[in-house]
Amino acid sequence: MTALAAKLRSALDSDLFFSFRHSPATVAAAVTVLVFLLGAGLAPWIAPHNTYEVVTLNLSDAFLPPAWTESGKASFLLGTDDQGRDVLSTIMLGARVSLMVGFAAVLFAATLGITLGLVSGYVGGLVDAAIMRVADVMLSFPAVLIALLIDGIARGVLPRDLHSRISIYVLIAAIGLSTWVQYARTVRATTMVEKSKEYVMAARVIGLHPALIMLRHVLPNVLGPVLVIATIGLAIAVLTEATLSFLGVGVPPTQPSLGTLIRVGNNFLYSGEWWMTIFPALALVVLVLSVNLLGDWLRDALNPKLR
Amino acid sequence: MAEASRPLVRVQGLKRYFDVSAPLLNRLLEGQPRLTLRAVDGVDFTINRGETFSIVGESGCGKSTVARLIVGLYRPTAGVIEFDGADMSGFRSRKEMAPLRRRQQMIFQDPYASLNPRWRVRDIIAEPIRAFRLIDGNAAIVARTDELLRQVGLAPADGDKYPHEFSGGQRQRISIARALASQPEFLICDEPTSALDVSVQAQILNLMKDLQRELKLTYLFISHNLAVVYHISDHVAVMYLGRIAELAPTRVLFSRPRHPYTRMLLDTIPDLAMTGRQRNPVAGEVPNPINPPTGCGFHPRCPFANERCKIERPEPLPARGDAPGSAALVACHGVEEGRLPDDVRPLNAA
Repeated sequence: MTALAAKLRSALDSDLFFSFRHSPATVAAAVTVLVFLLGAGLAPWIAPHNTYEVVTLNLSDAFLPPAWTESGKASFLLGTDDQGRDVLSTIMLGARVSLMVGFAAVLFAATLGITLGLVSGYVGGLVDAAIMRVADVMLSFPAVLIALLIDGIARGVLPRDLHSRISIYVLIAAIGLSTWVQYARTVRATTMVEKSKEYVMAARVIGLHPALIMLRHVLPNVLGPVLVIATIGLAIAVLTEATLSFLGVGVPPTQPSLGTLIRVGNNFLYSGEWWMTIFPALALVVLVLSVNLLGDWLRDALNPKLR
Repeated sequence: MAEASRPLVRVQGLKRYFDVSAPLLNRLLEGQPRLTLRAVDGVDFTINRGETFSIVGESGCGKSTVARLIVGLYRPTAGVIEFDGADMSGFRSRKEMAPLRRRQQMIFQDPYASLNPRWRVRDIIAEPIRAFRLIDGNAAIVARTDELLRQVGLAPADGDKYPHEFSGGQRQRISIARALASQPEFLICDEPTSALDVSVQAQILNLMKDLQRELKLTYLFISHNLAVVYHISDHVAVMYLGRIAELAPTRVLFSRPRHPYTRMLLDTIPDLAMTGRQRNPVAGEVPNPINPPTGCGFHPRCPFANERCKIERPEPLPARGDAPGSAALVACHGVEEGRLPDDVRPLNAA
């Protein structure tokens, strides 16, 4: 217990926490992200309405404006959609899907990118050239285009019912495959610097297997920049997912994400039911902005040249 | 008996060339030729058990490359490296190398780069023990690392700290402890003190000497600091442009330098009791090893060079006037022909 307390104290005393405390925007962003994570993570339990249980829906509640307007109802804070679903609840559940896809895509892209970057930087030569040319090709296409392509292929190859069941995984793979290059390039560059340092040479003198040297010695020393990319990558992944869902190729309509909500609400924008698209869009903007602010702070805080 | 008289390390005709050409595309488009850098270009020496063999030379003369070749970080382009009678270039796989690797370890130049910043000191020191599976059980490994820490003058409690909590000299002690962990016989020290303060240098050198006596270690000591080399070595090889210019027992080399390059280096050592001898600053620079001079590599800087020096490359030959068995090997036409003035110097604590 005391060891844990000591660890906590040293964490609170660290430079990182100091720079965190002294940046109000970062604290605000962190609080916002935390609210989103809790709200989305616990949505099935704390959302005011269970919007996807058809029996609880009442069509007479459809198209209700937000609660503070004249015809709003107090139980539907941000209004309802065309099916009488509570917009706040759909946002919470939608953010859950968005964040889940975002985290999974970042994890996938980071794992792939770190592995390829480590191998590329450590082994060098032809292996390096091959991996980096593939990366260059990937980099020359916009991420959304690659994701569209992968999703399109999956749609064409897989039978229809199978695809709608696994479409969320296809989406994760599509986003991951279009963003791994950043991780690979960063890790490769850092690996090439670390590789020539004498502690790696010492491990080679001992005769450790190259894979062990990469894993035990190089990897822990290249993870700093990866953390920064992963944070900003989360924002990008959430945004890409929203874009794809907005275009109608993302998650199935039975599991709407923020992007799906914006797309569906968009149909009603000109008929005056603005709350159906504005609130999910606001949620998306605030979420992405906060995550980005966190990433920017982390980049500055971990950069020894800016200290 | 044969076991004891056999040299621990024998290096013969050792060469290492590096390809420093431009990328293929540039070579094709711009018609650039292939370029090779002859970092080590034919080096022979032997190191006896229990002695300290030093290699000195200016930056870029290939001394660090020799160290890395011997420890197996580079593969030789040509030549033989024998360790205790076994030819190391004959090994193809990591597994075959393992028993030899345990017996030789390396101490590096930069104490700030040679320890993994994310590892605790105890894990750094224990790495060779774990890699070679020398000791089983965590408690036994901790006991062994405590002993190693004490041996290099640190406290066992230091094992739980991270490298950034130590000074340069202390880090070098940790580096030495790691090198000793696998109980090696042969330590390759690549400028172990050149990144340290002068006062700390002396501490580390004395520690290394004590350890050598205690553990019967053999050292290959790479340095550019002649004072340090004088303090620690039994034999000294002076390297110039990838070749050995002069190889001699320390006292012989410092009291009676034969090769003009050795003389020039010795002239640069600051000396309180200057005997009125004219001191010459180091003249010129080491030529580019990609495009070395013809003949003797030193001829453009040598005050004694003649036509033969520009054409014919000198081979290391025993110098006249030394006791048999401790003769200096000198690669110089002038010395061979006896046209260089003798240069006898008083031995002082350089």
